[in-house]
Amino acid sequence: MPTWPIGNWNGFWARIRSFEVRQGEIFAFLGPNGAGKTTTIRMLTTLLEPTAGSVELNGLNPARHKEEARKHFGIVFQDPSLDQELTAWENMQYHAVLYHAPRHARRERIEMLLKLFELWERRNDLVKKFSGGMRRRLEIARGLLHTPKILFLDEPTLGLDPQSRNQMWTHVKRMNETEQVTVFLTTHYMEEADRVARRLAVIDHGRIVAIGSSEELKARTGTATLEDAFLALTGTSIRDEAADPAAQMRAFAKMWRR
Amino acid sequence: MDAIYILWLRELKRYTRSRSQLVASLAQPTLYLLALGFGLGPVFRRAGEGSYLQFVAPGVIGMVVLFAAMFSGIALLWDRQFGFLKETLVAPVPRLAIVVGRSLGGATVAMLQGILMIIACLIAGFRPAGLGALPLGLAFMALIATPFVALGVAIGSGLQDMQGFQLIMSFLVMRIFFFSGALFPLHGLSRALALVAAADPLTYGVDGLRGALIGASHFHMATDAAVLVGASITLLCIGAWRFSKIEV
Repeated sequence: MPTWPIGNWNGFWARIRSFEVRQGEIFAFLGPNGAGKTTTIRMLTTLLEPTAGSVELNGLNPARHKEEARKHFGIVFQDPSLDQELTAWENMQYHAVLYHAPRHARRERIEMLLKLFELWERRNDLVKKFSGGMRRRLEIARGLLHTPKILFLDEPTLGLDPQSRNQMWTHVKRMNETEQVTVFLTTHYMEEADRVARRLAVIDHGRIVAIGSSEELKARTGTATLEDAFLALTGTSIRDEAADPAAQMRAFAKMWRR
Repeated sequence: MDAIYILWLRELKRYTRSRSQLVASLAQPTLYLLALGFGLGPVFRRAGEGSYLQFVAPGVIGMVVLFAAMFSGIALLWDRQFGFLKETLVAPVPRLAIVVGRSLGGATVAMLQGILMIIACLIAGFRPAGLGALPLGLAFMALIATPFVALGVAIGSGLQDMQGFQLIMSFLVMRIFFFSGALFPLHGLSRALALVAAADPLTYGVDGLRGALIGASHFHMATDAAVLVGASITLLCIGAWRFSKIEV
């Protein structure tokens, strides 16, 4: 399998040593709050320029060739990014237009994805009537719409019940197998990462402290579960994330929605 | 082009679907129109200025367009954190197309709101100078909507939290409205107030609307239009530049 170099930088915030994600694999990025997971994703997805070092995405530098790089990945953000006043179908359709999906294949692909993610029956309902799990599924379906080479999932299962999470990962795995889309995910649920990801990286204070398969990490730390391995690698102290504006907005959004 | 169209369409769909918001945003201006229009009417007439309802209606229409336009721009703050806009920022589309599409949508919505307000004014007893007044009035509404959507985008691109949003809405927008001469005639003002009014772009918008709808303006209507076009171009450039700097 060809290797797919994805990162090598050592700036101030993410002093991450070189690591790479291989084509077609599911790669989990684990770390306590504030470790630099989202920052890494932002650098890989053209939203933030690394202060030093270099990043490569499918052979492209995302900081230099933003528009070209954007065609190659799909992303599901930590925060919801659907338009709640639009229907599921419209959300998909607008995305297809923005990503220049070929017009003739658009309808077919949207239909295929909505059916696969079990949203076809609800395609004409406004997203604001959807449950959390349905919204996440729609976002993932949307992220896959333009047949990206790599799909970024930033804590996609946060706040979902086990049923929704299980269902979501089943779909993601199936797409990974059928379309060979590389999946780069972050999560706080260790058993989930253990089950879904082929390889994992543990990051702390902007540094990769360990990388490898779940078995390798457990063997290295002499622990029985991935959760124990994670705690052994990152310590048990609780990280206080500074209350940034986004976190305040998130709290506000929660109040607003209920 | 497709991206611009789709973002414009999105704003329109959102607008037509949120009926409650639509009604709520007309409630306050209607209050101004009725309470001030009828309440200050007798005093205004005694001062020899004619009907206050006729005078204040273009001001209130300008107010509706101003509020809707600014709101659409500043709502970026929300949209880029929890909305569809966030996703468009990583789409392979130039930022300029995104900001143009969204601003056009916002301006269109502001004009639709303005048209609804014209209807409300007509119901309240407002009578425009003639039928020919309406197209010119619409043109001035567009000239009010454009610079203020752009100003909203410029501010919304930089805001970080909801407190900032409320601060801007109540401080900046209310001040723009009150100092614009929407509620009072511009002649015979104290020097300081006249200066503040002259520096407020909405002054020219409301004045132009008055010229178009009731045939009585303080400045020449061409002056009004020129100032608004100038403000639009300047603010559009600033808004687009600020928008291009957004980091999600």
